[in-house]
Amino acid sequence: MSNEGRQVVIPGQILGETSALHPGRGTYVENRKIYAERLGVLNIQDKFVHIIPLRGRYDPIVGDFVIGVVEEASTSNWMVDINAPYPALLHVKEVPWEIEFADTEKYLNTGDTILAKVLSIDESKKLQITLKDRNLFKLKDGHLIEFEPSVYRRIMGKKYSMIENIQKYTRCRIKVGKNGRIWIDGDPEEIEKVLAAITMIEREAITFGLTSRIEEFLKKDAKDVR
Amino acid sequence: MTIVPVIKRDYITKLAEQGKRIDGRTFDNYRTIDIETKVVNKAEGSARVKIGNTQVLCGIKMDIGEPFPDTPTTGVMSTAAEFVPLASPDFESGPPRENAIELARVVDRGVRESQVIQLEKLCIAPSEKVWLVFIDIHILDYDGNLFDAASLAALAALLTTKVPVSRFLKTLNEKERASWQEQLADIYRIPGVNEVPFGSDETSTNQKKVEDFPLPMIEPPISCTAVKINDFVLFDPCFDEEVIADVRLTVATDHKGDLRAMQKGLSGSFTREEIQKVIKGALDNGQEIRKKLNHSIGK
Amino acid sequence: MKSDIKLITDEGKRLDGRGPHDLRKIKIEAGVLHRADGSCYLEWGGNKVLAAVYGPREAVPRHTQNPLKAIVQARYNMAAFSVEDRKRPGPDRRSVEISKVISEALEKVILTEYFPRASIDVNIEVLDAEAGTRCAGLSAAAVALVDAGIPMRDIPVACAAGKIEGQVVLDLGKEEDNFGDADLPIAISPRTDEVLLLQMDGHFTVNEFNQAFDLALKGCHTVSEIQKKAILEKYQSVVAEVQE
Repeated sequence: MSNEGRQVVIPGQILGETSALHPGRGTYVENRKIYAERLGVLNIQDKFVHIIPLRGRYDPIVGDFVIGVVEEASTSNWMVDINAPYPALLHVKEVPWEIEFADTEKYLNTGDTILAKVLSIDESKKLQITLKDRNLFKLKDGHLIEFEPSVYRRIMGKKYSMIENIQKYTRCRIKVGKNGRIWIDGDPEEIEKVLAAITMIEREAITFGLTSRIEEFLKKDAKDVR
Repeated sequence: MTIVPVIKRDYITKLAEQGKRIDGRTFDNYRTIDIETKVVNKAEGSARVKIGNTQVLCGIKMDIGEPFPDTPTTGVMSTAAEFVPLASPDFESGPPRENAIELARVVDRGVRESQVIQLEKLCIAPSEKVWLVFIDIHILDYDGNLFDAASLAALAALLTTKVPVSRFLKTLNEKERASWQEQLADIYRIPGVNEVPFGSDETSTNQKKVEDFPLPMIEPPISCTAVKINDFVLFDPCFDEEVIADVRLTVATDHKGDLRAMQKGLSGSFTREEIQKVIKGALDNGQEIRKKLNHSIGK
Repeated sequence: MKSDIKLITDEGKRLDGRGPHDLRKIKIEAGVLHRADGSCYLEWGGNKVLAAVYGPREAVPRHTQNPLKAIVQARYNMAAFSVEDRKRPGPDRRSVEISKVISEALEKVILTEYFPRASIDVNIEVLDAEAGTRCAGLSAAAVALVDAGIPMRDIPVACAAGKIEGQVVLDLGKEEDNFGDADLPIAISPRTDEVLLLQMDGHFTVNEFNQAFDLALKGCHTVSEIQKKAILEKYQSVVAEVQE
């Protein structure tokens, strides 16, 4: 195995010239030279240079599925922490329930956890989320943990192979938010196993052959797999 | 304020019902404790204590000053704690809030009331000059159980403290120096002390020349903290456990197995049986922690 | 104040054995704290400094928010036990000033326009002090910012040069700081050599200033390499570990 294509880059590092490459996410251009603007892994595809961040807060994109924790209920909306730099607003019109004025607390209150979708982001980064979609709801029971948002893609795996493996071997119900939060429901022993797998993915996120290593780990004393 | 999701709270409770904790420990177990002493050169004594992810640094500074009028022949100690915003997203800069003050006072009491520092041996000239001992606690990383981490750091720092006699003499002019040297030699030769101060035995030997000497200490009590979540008593709470706990109890026990200080915190309550349970756990864990403390200071 | 000790010998040897152009020993470790979004521990001679970054997060109180960009709030604090005579805990005028110039230096390289209304909080704790704490603090803060994944144009770095007994030297030590003739701490963006922080006290001729500036600049670049190595060590080690 080589670590070519898995090069760690740091802010200010020169990545190439605009004559040969196109600047992508996580880069900036100065005097026709492309530089990295954050700590991450270098990724060049079709002449586009990207940085896949290794660290940092969740950067919301419209349509992302996120796991939010309600901070505060007011008369016509809720403020929800989605692990982004800013809290997100959930308006009463964006929930599947008919809510009477000032009745918001009956439905969602401080500390409640929801699976939501990013609805809009304005230029001053004011965020709105919605619960009005299939598969969006208030989460009950289970356990909630946080992970480095940048490893979301590795936790899901290619064509969801990683997350499907984890579900298969642990028989847990799992919801992964793009914002670095995972909700897991199942037998506590199995939940622990999921946690161990997630920790392993986080630690080894920039290495090759991760999916098979995680599968080996999960297979070890796994209960009968359907 | 960090908001604890209800489902996390429920999960911790559900695990507790099965006798488990979120990090795999048993109810009575501590996280890994790591003590490192002499970490700050500028301090007369210092120690960094890690309990799991919690990290606390304690530094001891000494100076010479006036004693209190009602105790003209004893040294003076004071304790302060800084909850610096480096340690937690919820800590704010500014003057210490009530949590920092409570922590400093509990650590202070543990040291003062058990007379861990032999303050009567820190008198230089009655009513005039005594040694001042400043215990400063700096929280570096907050993942629960600051009480135990802070008091352990304070003890490890005190036990490695050298009274800076030479530094004091350096600040004087030659004439003053000679006279103080003599006075100090008188005082510290005398300790007459048959009992060897804890920490080191150097002060029992007669010294011709006055040099820095270890802070005279006796064997200190060790603090152990437990919290109650629903009806379960858990020792050494991590952050997630601590924020959902109903009530907290810190118990300091000495090497003879006696109780030396207690502090109940938070708005919940304990039954008599639960208090007995915490005392028992504090005695058991206290012994283990005492071994670690002694080991860290080379005993 | 003049002292009777000789700070530098005729052969150019300084009290701690360094030559005029030598830095003290520097050790940097990235990602050392659990709660912080990014952190760094740095030793520079007898200085021990810890830096932690929180954010970007919504700035509070609300009136501090800038609708167009993030505010950068560095907070430099000295532990009570970090100096010879115990320092009273909490901010004094000196630490408020240092916090301000460090905030401004860091703000220049951070892409603050990505995070309107937010604040990026940088906490610098000086645990052991021995001359040059602002340079040590700024250099540690820069690594903590990278570790927190904050978007930046460059990794800023600081170093000082000074004058002792008429000679321009790099990175003043303890006695040199107390009894030297001049001190010039600077911080730069090492990619462009833009100056982000500059303070000077004492007495330089213009010629001496130019010498000292060039020397400090060279020092900055040396420290910059140590910073980069520390970051890569932390994040590249994962690849090495698993490939074994």
